[in-house]
Amino acid sequence: MGLNRSLRFAFNISKSWIQIYKTYSTCPKFPGAKTTFTNQLQFTETSSYAPIPIFRILGPKGELLNSSDEPKLSEEILLKMYKDMTVLNVMDKILYESQRQGRISFYMTSYGEEATHIGSAAALDLDDLVYGQYREAGVLMYRGFTLQQFVDQCYGNIDDKGRGRQMPVHYGSKDLNYVTISSPLGTQLPQAVGSAYALKDTNRVVICYFGEGSASEGDAHAAFNFSATLGCPVIFFCRNNGYAISTPVEEQYRGDGIAGKGPSYGINTLRVDGNDVLAVYEATKLAKDFASKEKKPVLIEALTYRVGDHSTSDDSSSYRPKEEVSDWLNNDYPTKKFRHYLESRGLWNEEHEEQLLAQANKGILAALSNGEKKKKPKWTEMYEDVYKFMPLHIKKQQDAMKDHLKKYGKYYPIDSF
Amino acid sequence: MASSRLRTQFFSDVIFNRGIFLSEVQLRRYSSHFVYTADSEKTTSNGTKSKMNMFQAINNALDIILKSDSKAIIFGEDVGFGGVFRCTLDLQKRYGKHRVFNTPLCEQGIIGFGIGAAVAGSTAIAEIQFADYIFPAFDQLVNEAAKYRYRSGNLFDCGKLTIRTPCGAVGHGGLYHSQSPEAYFAHTPGLKVVVPRGPIKAKGLLLGCIRDPDPCLILEPKVLYRAAVEQVPEADFQLPLGKADILIEGTDITLIGWGTQVHVLKEVATVLKDSYKVTAEVIDLVTILPWDVTTICKSVCKTGRVLVAHEAPMTSGFGAEIAATIQENCFLNLHAPVARVTGADTPFPCIFEPFYLPTKWRCLEEALKLLDY
Ligand SMILES: Cc1ncc(C[n+]2csc(CCOP(=O)(O)OP(=O)(O)O)c2C)c(N)n1
Ligand SMILES: [Mg+2]
Repeated sequence: MGLNRSLRFAFNISKSWIQIYKTYSTCPKFPGAKTTFTNQLQFTETSSYAPIPIFRILGPKGELLNSSDEPKLSEEILLKMYKDMTVLNVMDKILYESQRQGRISFYMTSYGEEATHIGSAAALDLDDLVYGQYREAGVLMYRGFTLQQFVDQCYGNIDDKGRGRQMPVHYGSKDLNYVTISSPLGTQLPQAVGSAYALKDTNRVVICYFGEGSASEGDAHAAFNFSATLGCPVIFFCRNNGYAISTPVEEQYRGDGIAGKGPSYGINTLRVDGNDVLAVYEATKLAKDFASKEKKPVLIEALTYRVGDHSTSDDSSSYRPKEEVSDWLNNDYPTKKFRHYLESRGLWNEEHEEQLLAQANKGILAALSNGEKKKKPKWTEMYEDVYKFMPLHIKKQQDAMKDHLKKYGKYYPIDSF
Repeated sequence: MASSRLRTQFFSDVIFNRGIFLSEVQLRRYSSHFVYTADSEKTTSNGTKSKMNMFQAINNALDIILKSDSKAIIFGEDVGFGGVFRCTLDLQKRYGKHRVFNTPLCEQGIIGFGIGAAVAGSTAIAEIQFADYIFPAFDQLVNEAAKYRYRSGNLFDCGKLTIRTPCGAVGHGGLYHSQSPEAYFAHTPGLKVVVPRGPIKAKGLLLGCIRDPDPCLILEPKVLYRAAVEQVPEADFQLPLGKADILIEGTDITLIGWGTQVHVLKEVATVLKDSYKVTAEVIDLVTILPWDVTTICKSVCKTGRVLVAHEAPMTSGFGAEIAATIQENCFLNLHAPVARVTGADTPFPCIFEPFYLPTKWRCLEEALKLLDY
C-alpha cells in the first residue's frame, strides 16, 4: 500500500467518522425517536399546536357553504337519511313517554345526535361490523332494525333477540352486524380493535362508537394504542355530546379534545360537525376508505350536543341551564338543519313532513301495542346461554326452581312468562 | 308552516316533558321483593334524631366528615352535582370544588387517585357509580390498596381510603346495575368490606369506615337509598366494623344475610313464627370482611340449623365461606346441613329478576326443609 493510498484511506475513514459524528449529533439514535436535538428548553403546550378544525358542509341553517363540498349522494339515500333521523326522533319521544308511564323500565333518547348516527351509518356497508355504546339507535335503524325489534327489546319479550336479559336499549343484531350493547363503558373499544385485526384480510372495517366520557377509560387508551401498533382497520367514532351524565367536557379532559389524542397515538384523525349529517357522512366515508385500503385505524371526533336527559333516570335541569338546551334545539338542530337543505333542493316539503310524522307515529304506536301483548321468554331460559352447554350445577338450580314453583308458583309472575 | 310548528312543538314537548299521548294506560309499578322494616329504637345513641332515608343518612355522614376533618375529600363520577343517587347532594356547594369534585370517567383512575391521596395524608372518600363498574379498578383495589401496608412493612398505607358503591337488585337493573360483588373482595386480605341494611347503619358504618385505619369498601344496597327510612341520630356516631347484629332472637333456626336480604329474612322469620310456631334468629352479618365468626357460631350452636342467603350467585359466594366455617366450628351441634339460598349461577338477568333472587318463598321453603330434616 503506497503512502498516497493509505492517506486516502485514512482520509476516507475520517470523513466517514465525521459523517457518523454529525448524524449522531443532529439525529438522535434513541429507539423510536423521530426528532432532532435542540438547545432550547421550553414546554410544548396545548397552544404549541393549532387545534384540529371542525369539518362541515352545511351552515347552521342548513345552507350549503361551498357547493363543491356537496357529497354525491342519490336522492333516495338523502331521503332515507332524513326519514330515519325523523323516525328516530318519533320513536324516542314515544318510548320515552312509555317509560314515564311504566310500560318499559328504562330508556335513552338520541335527541341532537341523530346526524352522528345516520351520517356515519350511511357511509358504511352492511358487512362492516358495528360496536356501539348505547346511544346509537339510529345506526341500527339505518341498517334495517325494525320499530318492532326496537320495541321488543325494550319490553324484553319473547321476540327480543337478547331474551329479556338486558335492560332496554341494549340492542344487538347478528344479521345487521351490530354487536350487542354492553353497559360497562369503554369495553367495546379494544374489542373492536381485535375484531378489526381479525378482519384485516377482508375489505370489511369495524366501527366503534363511544362517548367523550368513555374516552377517559383505560380501555380507550389500550384500544388506540393497539389499533395503531397492530395496524387494524377500525374507525373510532367519538360522539362528543358535551356531557357524561352531569359531567361537562371541561371536567372530562384538557387539551384538544378527543381528536387531539389521535395523532399522538399515530392515528389519522378527523374532527367533524356532528350536527351536520353530510359532513359526518363524508368524514366516515373517507375513514372507511382509508382504513380498508391502508389497514390502519382512524379516529373521528363528532362534536354535537346531548339535547335530551342522559336517560329516563336523569333530570338534566339540575346541572345545566334550560336555555343552553333550547339554544341547541332552536339554532343548530341536526334534523331541522338537514330538512332545510333538502327543502332548498326541492326534495322535501310540508306535506311530506306531515305524512312522515303521521306514519312514524302510527308505526311506533302499533309496534308498542304489539310488543306489550307478547309474553316474556319462559323463565327457564334464565339459565341458558351462560355456557353453550348447561353444566350440571346450573341444571340443578333450574330443576330446584321448577320444584319450588310447583309449590310456590302463585307468588311469582309466571303468567307473563 | 303548520308542520314546522308541529315539529317545534314536538321538540319542546320533548324537552319540557309534556304531551303524554298514550292515554289509555295503567301505570305498572315494579313491585319490590322485600318489605323494609326500620331498625328499632334501641340501636343507637341519644340526642336528636330526624327522619332520613338512606341516601340522606349517607349525605349527613359525609357532611359531618367534611366539617370535622379538613383533610377529607370526596370524588368520583358525577359526585359534583350530588351523585346519581343523590348521596353527595349540596356538598360541593357547601365545601367547594377542591374538596368535592367530579373525576374523569375512569374507575381505575378513581381508586388509584384515592390510594395516592390517602398515602399522602388525605381522608379520601371515593365513589364508584355502581358496584358493577368497580372492575376496571380491580387491580388498584386488590393488588394495591389491599397490599400497601403489608408489602412496605407498614412504612406506607392507604388506610384513609374509603370506597362507597351502590350494589344489589333494584327491580330492573339487569346484568350491570344489580350485582353484589362482595365475594370478590372478601377474597382479598387487606380490605374491609361492609354492607349496611338501612340509614342508621349506613351512617354509622360509613363514619366507622372513614376513620378505620385500613382501606374499606362499603357496598350500599341501592334499592334502600329511598325505600329505607328511619329516625337517624343527627350527631356524629360510629358503628363497629366486624360485628354482626342479631335482629330477631330465636331458638329454632338461624337465618343469616346482609344488606337488602336481611329484610327478606325478617319477613321469613315472621311467617315461620305466625304460621309454623317456630322462632328464627335473624342475623345481619354487617361486615363481610373481617366477619363476626363468634356471633354466628354461637347462634348456630344454639339453634342447630342455619340458612345463609345472599343475592350474589351461589358458587363461591360468601355463603360458602360461612358454611365452611360453621361446619368446622359447630359440626356436632348441627341438626341439618348448612343451607344456602342465593342468586342463581347466571349473570343477573333483567326480566327474570323475580326468579333469580333468593326470595322470601325460596328462603321459607328451605327453612322448612331444615326444620324437617
Ligand atoms: C365502566 C362504567 N362506569 C360508569 C358507568 C355509568 N355511566 C353510564 S353512562 C355514563 C356517562 C357516559 O358518558 P359518555 O361516554 O359521554 O356518553 P353519553 O352518555 O354522553 O352518550 C356513566 C358514567 C358505566 N356504565 N360503566
Ligand atoms: Mg357524552
